[in-house]
Amino acid sequence: MIQLEHVSRTFREKNMEVRALQDVSLHVREGEIFGIVGFSGAGKSTLIRLVNRLETPDGGTVRVKGQDLAALTGRELTNLRRKIGMVFQQFNLLEGKTVFHNIAIPLRMEGRSREEIERRVSEVLDFVELGEKKDAYVSQLSGGQKQRVGIARALATAPEILLCDEATSALDPQTTESILKLLKRVNREMGITIMLITHQMQVIQLICDRVAVMEDGKIVEEGNVLDVFGRPQAEVTKRFVRTVINDQVPETFYDTIRSENRHYRLEQLKFIGDTVNEPVIANLCRREGLDVNIVGANISPMQGSMMSVFILQLIGETDAINEAEAYIDQSGAIRKRLTIDWENRTVTESA
Amino acid sequence: MDDFLNTKIFGVKWSRLLTNIQQTLYMVGWALLIGTIIGFILALALVLTRKGGILKGPGARVVHAVLNFYVNVVRSVPFVILLVTIMPFTRLLMGTTIGSTAALVPLVLYISPYLARLIENSLLECSPGIIEAAQAMGANVFQVIRYFIIPETLGSVVLALTTGTIGLLGASAMAGYVGGGGVGDLALTYGYEKMNTPLMILTVIILVVIVQLIQLLGGAISAKLRAHQS
Repeated sequence: MIQLEHVSRTFREKNMEVRALQDVSLHVREGEIFGIVGFSGAGKSTLIRLVNRLETPDGGTVRVKGQDLAALTGRELTNLRRKIGMVFQQFNLLEGKTVFHNIAIPLRMEGRSREEIERRVSEVLDFVELGEKKDAYVSQLSGGQKQRVGIARALATAPEILLCDEATSALDPQTTESILKLLKRVNREMGITIMLITHQMQVIQLICDRVAVMEDGKIVEEGNVLDVFGRPQAEVTKRFVRTVINDQVPETFYDTIRSENRHYRLEQLKFIGDTVNEPVIANLCRREGLDVNIVGANISPMQGSMMSVFILQLIGETDAINEAEAYIDQSGAIRKRLTIDWENRTVTESA
Repeated sequence: MDDFLNTKIFGVKWSRLLTNIQQTLYMVGWALLIGTIIGFILALALVLTRKGGILKGPGARVVHAVLNFYVNVVRSVPFVILLVTIMPFTRLLMGTTIGSTAALVPLVLYISPYLARLIENSLLECSPGIIEAAQAMGANVFQVIRYFIIPETLGSVVLALTTGTIGLLGASAMAGYVGGGGVGDLALTYGYEKMNTPLMILTVIILVVIVQLIQLLGGAISAKLRAHQS
């Protein structure tokens, strides 16, 4: 649906060169929700604007539905943009106008008849559950309602692709969740491909099928959300995953762990979706010569599935622990051995 | 009625006073109308071609530089000087340099760059985000202006025009210098030159009232247009 190949973009300002994108390639498939996560300045905004040619690359090609954007004429570009909706962090609505007026604009620009406009606006307003606000002024609405209007406006022309530029970043957590649910409905019920950029890993966790992680204008990691959350490779990805999945040992357990004077090891176990079919922890507990202490646990819903993280203190002789590790590894759970830095009270992965 | 018009107030007939007020309104009205049209076009051109504007490329650069220079040059010439300097041009255009209609030429020439600057500032209040949203929807330049920039900034443009109108009223007072008539002319030829202080004060009061009315009207229209803007 959307293909970027070896795309680069550099901004030049007086003695300053910002390489916003460096040799970026990615492919968004039809019907999926593709998320791009990165801290501010990573190049996400530039990247998403390539798709509707609000930005043009210095090098590389951008294809949408097979069309090379660089080759489009003015008219073709207009037609393409009508098939690509966009929603923004700051909504970018006409605040002094009514909800109806705002959503009607893209339809009026297409030259639709009054009846058609009335009908279509009502349709999309009902879809975003804001039907009763049709004649309200945008300035009277809450942030979440404004974003619903923004989404309705983007949907008015029945696009095939929806671009979301930090669509939930200006909203509180509860509103964020309701907007994300709405985006998910847009994707599932209308079959619209969604490409979004965000700095909130929660957004990726809750609605994306696949994710790309950006840093300094490059994509450092890409894959299915479950895989990336389960086995983050790049340092920046690990930092992002940690913002939504707590894999630290709770402060109060440090003393408990330290007071154990038998031989032990700390292990982190991740269970992703239904990849593990046996009761791993229960089986560990039943093993001869092994005691198991659960010192950290976290279960996060993800992608209609879930991911759980457990931190276990395995107590026993070296041999028994080695055998337990081998058992965990063959079960399908992702295991990492941890060490505690007692000085700073932090947990790090053992090499 | 005729009797009343022939009576005098501070040494001037009422009919004379009313005629001059009418002349002022005539000059301000027409100069405002034509000046606004020219000023609006200039302002749009300046906004569209400026750095980071919708129109890009070397052509836009040149247009912007030329218009910007023109606006600055005209705005730096005091009105009285402009009035006299362009007399040949006025004659060419109107066949005469005398009278209220002839005075429209320098008035329009003077006020349109001024209005252009004021309107330009108003148009720039439209956030880049809104323009970006418009372009993302596939809007062309005219649609961006019509559906987004103008509705978003109209209240502010009206306030700009109000300020411009008052500036224009001031300039029209000097049009008396070229036989344009008007309230200012009355103050100059009857009040100042004949040292008729009460008449001078009366004309000042009339001008104050007109300014108040313009400001009131402009403020009200603008407030209505911006009623629901946050």
